[in-house]
Amino acid sequence: MNENRVDYLVAGASHAALSALAAIRMHDPAGSLAVLAREGHLPYSPTVLPYVVSGRSAPDRVALKPAEYFARNNIAFLAKHALQSIDACAKRVHFADGGTMAYGKLLLATGATPIIPPIPGLKEVKFHVLRTLDDAMALHAALPRTRAAVVLGAGLIGMHAAENLAKTGAAVTVVEMQPQVLPGYFDSEAAGIIASVFADNGVRLLLGHKVEKLANSAAGCTLTLADGSTLDADLLLVATGVAPVIDYLAGSGVATERGILVDTSMQSSVADIYAAGDVAQAQGFYDGRPLVGGILPDAVEQGRIAGMAMAGDPAAPAYPGSVPLNTYAFFGQQALSVGSQSAGEVVLQESSGREYLKIVMQDGRLTGIFGINRPFDAGIMWQLILRRTDLSAVREQFITEPQKTARQLMSKLWR
Amino acid sequence: MSAYATIAFKPDRCNGCNECMSACAAVKGSAGQIDSRIQIVAANDSFELAMCRQCGDPKCVAVCPAAALAKNEGSGVISWDGGKCVNCLLCTVGCAYGGIVHNAAAGHVVKCDMCDAAVAGAPACVKACDQGALQFITSARIYNEVGDLEDLFVPGLSGCQGCNTELIMRHALRRVGPETVLATPPGCIPGMGAVGYNGLTGTKVPVFHPLLTNTASMLTGIKRHYKRQGREMTAMALAGDGGTSDVGFQSLSGAAERGEEILFICVDNEGYMNTGMQRSSCTPYGAWTSTTPVGERGQGKSQDAKNMPVLMMMHNCAYVATASTGFMEDLYAKLDHAIAASKHGFAYLHIYSPCTTGWRFPSQDNIEVARKAVETNFVMLWEFTPEAGLTLSRPLDQARPLTEYLKAQGKYRHLSAEQIVHIEASLAKNVAFIEKLAGPRKPATAQQAAVRA
Repeated sequence: MNENRVDYLVAGASHAALSALAAIRMHDPAGSLAVLAREGHLPYSPTVLPYVVSGRSAPDRVALKPAEYFARNNIAFLAKHALQSIDACAKRVHFADGGTMAYGKLLLATGATPIIPPIPGLKEVKFHVLRTLDDAMALHAALPRTRAAVVLGAGLIGMHAAENLAKTGAAVTVVEMQPQVLPGYFDSEAAGIIASVFADNGVRLLLGHKVEKLANSAAGCTLTLADGSTLDADLLLVATGVAPVIDYLAGSGVATERGILVDTSMQSSVADIYAAGDVAQAQGFYDGRPLVGGILPDAVEQGRIAGMAMAGDPAAPAYPGSVPLNTYAFFGQQALSVGSQSAGEVVLQESSGREYLKIVMQDGRLTGIFGINRPFDAGIMWQLILRRTDLSAVREQFITEPQKTARQLMSKLWR
Repeated sequence: MSAYATIAFKPDRCNGCNECMSACAAVKGSAGQIDSRIQIVAANDSFELAMCRQCGDPKCVAVCPAAALAKNEGSGVISWDGGKCVNCLLCTVGCAYGGIVHNAAAGHVVKCDMCDAAVAGAPACVKACDQGALQFITSARIYNEVGDLEDLFVPGLSGCQGCNTELIMRHALRRVGPETVLATPPGCIPGMGAVGYNGLTGTKVPVFHPLLTNTASMLTGIKRHYKRQGREMTAMALAGDGGTSDVGFQSLSGAAERGEEILFICVDNEGYMNTGMQRSSCTPYGAWTSTTPVGERGQGKSQDAKNMPVLMMMHNCAYVATASTGFMEDLYAKLDHAIAASKHGFAYLHIYSPCTTGWRFPSQDNIEVARKAVETNFVMLWEFTPEAGLTLSRPLDQARPLTEYLKAQGKYRHLSAEQIVHIEASLAKNVAFIEKLAGPRKPATAQQAAVRA
């Protein structure tokens, strides 16, 4: 391999990137291939980080691929290589350290980075974020001396962190601007059940609250909320969302909105430059509008399609569109969210205690299914949505026994 | 990339007894069928399956953020590491088969691990299924072991579409290897190009074209010549049933009786298919051929077939066996045994080869017809050595209805009820005869267990 040129260059080293590498190698065993990791670690998943914080996952056991995988597949794994800029005309990237590399095809799978909200005083106090393995190890190291933790944001990262902080015995408060936890994945009723479990486990949830300002204190920091009340924290975690990493695209000509706009083969507005995963803004499944999904199984799918397209695999499918997907385990409970809350009519919504089930359908087809402690196969439901499988003939049975009916349908569809 | 053993599900044979689920739950130490890693789902008109397929490019592995799932490249099984799993359930989104699910009792996801079949012989669910709806398919072994051996036939042969004989030729010669002299008497095998064109052979080993009558005699001379030279080689015949049981029988019988060190493979397609589908002594009763036509008077062949492999067994050959391409593992094991026996005596392998052109069935159904022949006992798989006598390769007591086999072929389309009764009665007699030779049932060997699947 020429040191300064590769046939395929993959920037980023998490799920979308790894999925693309596998797809490229499946079709082209020989083409030169390099993957760029921003950090010094082997590839890992941001999703595992809350478990690194809690200590359940050891930092040296979370690698998605061993070093040997790259050697065996003749892939150059280049750690500590961050993109500085792209010269799309010369088909060459520039690194932060001044180095360059030319490419035949380029995949941008650079992921996302935490959004730091513009709250007065936030920049002056010490706070944690949770997006990298180093972030997670720093947070893990801070746990033993944490007595009172405040988490900004009740999204997945915030809720996972709050649970793990609570389990170490710290007093935990979550502050969320929206009136419910996990907005976007669960409706207010389901979110209410999740919130009640957190409350039962001693986590204080301040929903619909806004932080007005922050200031340093003896123990750590003091937060002042919009209603005038204050909170003292010796550990502050900011988990108010993430945004795609696209700062290196200035001057490249690659079209972006929130993320990198891509077509159904994951190609950007510039030929031979592709994007996949949290950095990509691909079409949504329901209305076709481009959106930044931030969904792990979708990142795998996008990476696979991008890799196939880059390698010229004639079997490369068109991206069917992003379907919201989520699995969420908390305090021994399981919540699943597959599809859209709003793209159809609610045909079932029932809850009792810690159980909840909601089914949304349109024209006899499934558009969304959401449950807490009610078993169904999320992967099968995803397929039924993607295939727009007609459920008219089994509608009542599906509503009564979604898991069994979906298994029957899928088993028949595979044959 | 390797091929792997797999569990196959035949929904048309499932009767919903759920014994597989009980067996799985028991072997995995869980309470009831609900915890089984194989789930049979009863639908209105069929039984359906939710179970891990041990995918080649598994999405559950790709979406796992904790590297807790991995495909074992040796066994093909997707393994789950409880020490790494973080209970995030994302794998359940990756799986579109309902093959990995959260188990409330266990407190984590569970999936099929194939019961470490290398130790257990077959997974517990397969062992528990007495309907044949679950089968443990281990023929991937052949692909892995033999796939790299050189194919000793030329790439292009002029066989009919879907020809079973071409399969037999390629597999057999690949296994026997390059140190071979091959005899192919007149029939489909030279006819489709084995002896070559324009002065070139169709094989990568020396091949010659004896008369129909003298195949075994000519091979005798060749083998003795090389033996005198001190050169190790295999003298091998690939002959049709005509060249074996009719015109070729005299020289074959002589060579077998003398114990010549020859590997003689009869490719039995039940007639002279190369020359226009005439009947042979191996053509079964009732079958249409061009010389046993169906019309006002004729209704197919009016005599039963000669039981050629039994005749060869009565020569007390070093090795005699019957085989079918519907059961490749068994066929490969018998090829190994036959090659070994041909180093010290006469080895005879009788391979049934359904003929898409002469038997009148669609070309894509060849292996299905071969399989049905065996599953209905119309073809019985066994092997014989003078030391061990006759052993069944597959039990004869679970036969499927013979009509399943007859209906799969056009050559039996005209059969009257009386003719079917005749065929069934002859078959019952043949089965009883072979069972008597096999004696009381002995414990199944590993090979038999595999063929049963």
